[in-house]
Amino acid sequence: MSFKKDEESGGMSFYHDKSTVIQEARAFNESPISPRKCRALLTRIVYLLYVGETFSTQEATTLFFGVTKLFQHKDSALRQMVYLVIKELSTIAEDVIMVTSSIMKDMQPNLEVIYRPNAIRALARIIDAQSVQSVERFFKTALVDRSSSVSSASLISSYHLFHLSPSIIKRWANEAQEAVNAKAVSSSYSGGGNYLSGGSSGYQAVASSSYIMQYHALGLLYLMREKDRMAITKMVQQFGAAGKSGGSVVRNPMAICMLVRFARKVMDDDPNVQKQMHEYLEGLLRHKSDMVNIEAARAICEMRGVTNAELFRPVAVLQLFLSSPKPVLKFAAIKTLNKLAQTHPQAVTACNLDMENLITDSNRSIATYAITTLLKTGNEASVDRLMKQISSFMSDITDEFKIIVVDAIRSLCLKFPNKQAIMLSFLSGVLRDEGGYDFKHAVVEAIFDMVKFIKDCREAALAHLCEFIEDCEFTKLSVRILHLLGLEGPKTRNPTKFIRYIYNRVVLENAVVRAAAVSSLAKFGVCVDDKAVMQSVDVLLRRCLDDVDDEVRDRAAMYIKVLEEKSLADVFVREEATFSLAALESELVSYVNDEGRHGQAFDITSVPKISREQAAAEVAQARPSALESIAASSSKTPEPVASTSTAAEVQSAFSAQLSAIPELASYGPVLKSSAKPIALTESETEYVVTLVKHVFKDHILFQFNVSNTIPDTVLEQVSVLMLPSEGCGLTEDFIIPVPALTSANGSGQVYVSFTREDPASYAAGSFGCTLRFVSKEVDPTSGEPEEEGYQDEYQVEDCDLGAGDYITPTYVTFSSEWDKLAEGASMTETFALSSLESLKDACKSLIEVLNMEPLGGTETPTSTSVHTLNLSGMVAGGGGKVVARCRMTYASGAGVTLELAVRAEKEEAVRLVMAAI
Amino acid sequence: MGLSFSRVYQSLSSLAFWGKDKEVRILMVGLDSAGKTTILYRLQIGEVVSTIPTIGFNVETVSYKNINFQVWDLGGQSSIRPYWRCYYANTQAIIYVIDSSDTPRLATSRSELLTMLSEDELKSVPVLVFANKQDVEGALSPGEISDKLGLAGQEKGREWSVRGSCAIKGEGLEEGLDWLVNTIQK
Repeated sequence: MSFKKDEESGGMSFYHDKSTVIQEARAFNESPISPRKCRALLTRIVYLLYVGETFSTQEATTLFFGVTKLFQHKDSALRQMVYLVIKELSTIAEDVIMVTSSIMKDMQPNLEVIYRPNAIRALARIIDAQSVQSVERFFKTALVDRSSSVSSASLISSYHLFHLSPSIIKRWANEAQEAVNAKAVSSSYSGGGNYLSGGSSGYQAVASSSYIMQYHALGLLYLMREKDRMAITKMVQQFGAAGKSGGSVVRNPMAICMLVRFARKVMDDDPNVQKQMHEYLEGLLRHKSDMVNIEAARAICEMRGVTNAELFRPVAVLQLFLSSPKPVLKFAAIKTLNKLAQTHPQAVTACNLDMENLITDSNRSIATYAITTLLKTGNEASVDRLMKQISSFMSDITDEFKIIVVDAIRSLCLKFPNKQAIMLSFLSGVLRDEGGYDFKHAVVEAIFDMVKFIKDCREAALAHLCEFIEDCEFTKLSVRILHLLGLEGPKTRNPTKFIRYIYNRVVLENAVVRAAAVSSLAKFGVCVDDKAVMQSVDVLLRRCLDDVDDEVRDRAAMYIKVLEEKSLADVFVREEATFSLAALESELVSYVNDEGRHGQAFDITSVPKISREQAAAEVAQARPSALESIAASSSKTPEPVASTSTAAEVQSAFSAQLSAIPELASYGPVLKSSAKPIALTESETEYVVTLVKHVFKDHILFQFNVSNTIPDTVLEQVSVLMLPSEGCGLTEDFIIPVPALTSANGSGQVYVSFTREDPASYAAGSFGCTLRFVSKEVDPTSGEPEEEGYQDEYQVEDCDLGAGDYITPTYVTFSSEWDKLAEGASMTETFALSSLESLKDACKSLIEVLNMEPLGGTETPTSTSVHTLNLSGMVAGGGGKVVARCRMTYASGAGVTLELAVRAEKEEAVRLVMAAI
Repeated sequence: MGLSFSRVYQSLSSLAFWGKDKEVRILMVGLDSAGKTTILYRLQIGEVVSTIPTIGFNVETVSYKNINFQVWDLGGQSSIRPYWRCYYANTQAIIYVIDSSDTPRLATSRSELLTMLSEDELKSVPVLVFANKQDVEGALSPGEISDKLGLAGQEKGREWSVRGSCAIKGEGLEEGLDWLVNTIQK
């Protein structure tokens, strides 16, 4: 007993032991209870929860019911603690609904108690969707309460309740709006006496004029209007505008920062308001709060298509912060400048002097950003000095910052190729340092880029990489380096020196690396034009035949065969085409998921192919920072690549979406979906409709994405009537309408399904489309649609079904494929395309109509009068490969004359392509 | 001498027991819409308040004749009844409220009462049954309610009483409490 006393008098010496606390929680059931003792106990429970102790449902529920008994005591400090614990336990314990009545009582507006905000916050945690309506009245008054702590608590609670029942919370918009406009609370209720004894002396200070509820209210308003771009724009305009007294209504700096972020989002979505928002942001650069200045400057710096003139002022503001005594401001400013320097190095040059001073800053994070920014803005002459300075503190900074440094150097290499030697020695130096995978990966990637883009350093860089894999703990990196050695090594002057390094891996490493090394070795054997090398590689590969690992043996055996037969080498090592990985993945997933197809082997020929260049570009896309530098150094635009890579992803996204529709369960896998939605209306109209076509084995499915842009109306029973042209070979099955569409809930999908009368032939035709719906006004006060609506129709553009919808572009080597298909079906016809103005137009429209892959750069005509365009594709649903040779001549006046020769594996495919012209 | 000393001590301690600090813990239960919350606030502030179905419980301190009662009014909805048992500990008296006009559910009310009384924690705790809503036409009288509950033969180890009441008019409540005070003090 006396021991227990000691423990309590110790006060702060919490026993971090769950079972002790649960034991002592019996004190909650005592009568009368001791508020002091219970409060200490509650603190310990919260402490345990905060340090990550887990309670079982049983334990939490027992504790919870114990805690509910404390409602008998009026002590306000105890009650506040009770609410804190209830909030924490609400996610673990069962039946937390039991405190509803008690909380509601504490929420009464006429009750001037200190714990009213706590009660509101706890209520939001325990309530369920059905009960939200019953507390609506409480919330509406609490939202506009003159005490900012009550108003803040209810705003935040509404924010958290929003996902439970958005429709009810949306009705509180007026109250939330009022909370933003609320006047300052000069002094909160000082009466009420009863709670002042409860140790709440710090309370008055909280209710000071921080205007924090404005921040919370804006957050809630944004949540309500998130999907309505116009409303957000209006909100920024309304609250951003200066009030009568010259100052803005919104005074809380965090609230203003929030407005700045809304403004940024609005500008991104709608370039039309950019000018106006820019003015608002410029004004905020002079605001008295540092936080607001930084946020506004950052917003301007990251504006789309920002000009150097527009950047002048925000950069000047950031420059001032660079010499601020507060590290936080310095950090925020330099970080923003660093990002800006990637796109607009000239604009940041003005700050060079200030940044030089930061290099020696005691805060290494700031110093790192300063140096890497200077590397981007500086000229070639300063590089040496900066590099020296970086080397001096590389060991002091964390991996994350090392990665930033490495990234900066990577782009620097590409900018100043003359400096490659010093950069390479720096990179190989840090490669030897200690570091985690991410850091090493960044360094290796940087060296890869150097190998790729700077010819002079190739051999030296490869040598450094070889040295690195001698002692590399990361299998993934070893494998990548071995692959690169296989590709680049044979092209160097002295390829044999790499073979030793590679074979060492076969002897010393784990199976994954060994397998990679075998592949790499084989490439030397195939690609180096030297009989001796080939023979020694053959010897080395034969040694691998005894490896303990299957994969290594298999690879070795395969490559030995490849070395013997030149024709195999062409297919397996020198082949320029590769499968589109995203498409291959989605095909495999749908194959695995569909039991019905397991009877047959997976059909690899149905997967579209792309060239190696495209595959490489696809990988590069995943690394945006690298892409920027590549885009700067090579003139090729990455656009066509972007469309192919996303097409495959879109395809797999569609199949996931469609598999969720029960009506389509029997249709089997989607053979082909349009790469991107076709717009059937202008994007500015009341109703925006886009179309995606899906081809199934026996069906065609049209997916209309319909969105309603008119606020305050609901469209119900939205369907699309399709009128097919005569003899198109399709019969309509059914329409899946959208039950209701509002401007807030985004777009809905209407599906119209047709059966292909003859699945062997490719149905084509055009369709008249009409949107049909019941339009209902929304009552602005209740937010509910009115009972009565009227039937309406809306004409959208016609759509076509043609060759392009059945064909998937795929990469092949044209000449070999063309010869291979010589025995297959073929057809040649001549067309006069008088409406086309140039060969370029002709190429463009042919590619578009046929949806086939242009090969060997033939999509851009070199001559204005004669051109040959080579196309290749694959017909969906096992239609096989199809290649087309389009020989065109152009004469002004006569337009383009086209001789189209098509060869395919199947007769129908040829006719499909021919019919499309 | 020793004897008288202990007597003085006993009387002192019993005084302290009924002093300001000590509260009598009372559990008030019954089916939903029997009038528990109305009775609670009628006793506490002497007014009829408008109530909504209690999800959970209300707990209030009621002062009556210098005695503080800590009354736990537990919600009567069927979803909440299972949790009554969480609040049995340390109970010194039970007030069981019945809607006298709700004859169809009288059997349900009876079985809930008997189930509760069979709990060990509530052994020999006195029960006061309010046959509430006596003002409603067609309400059964306290005697009839008592017969239907059939406590007379079964409850031997505890004091019990069935009394008519009308919470809205405030009739019968004080008499009931008087009985409780007397019973507990015995």
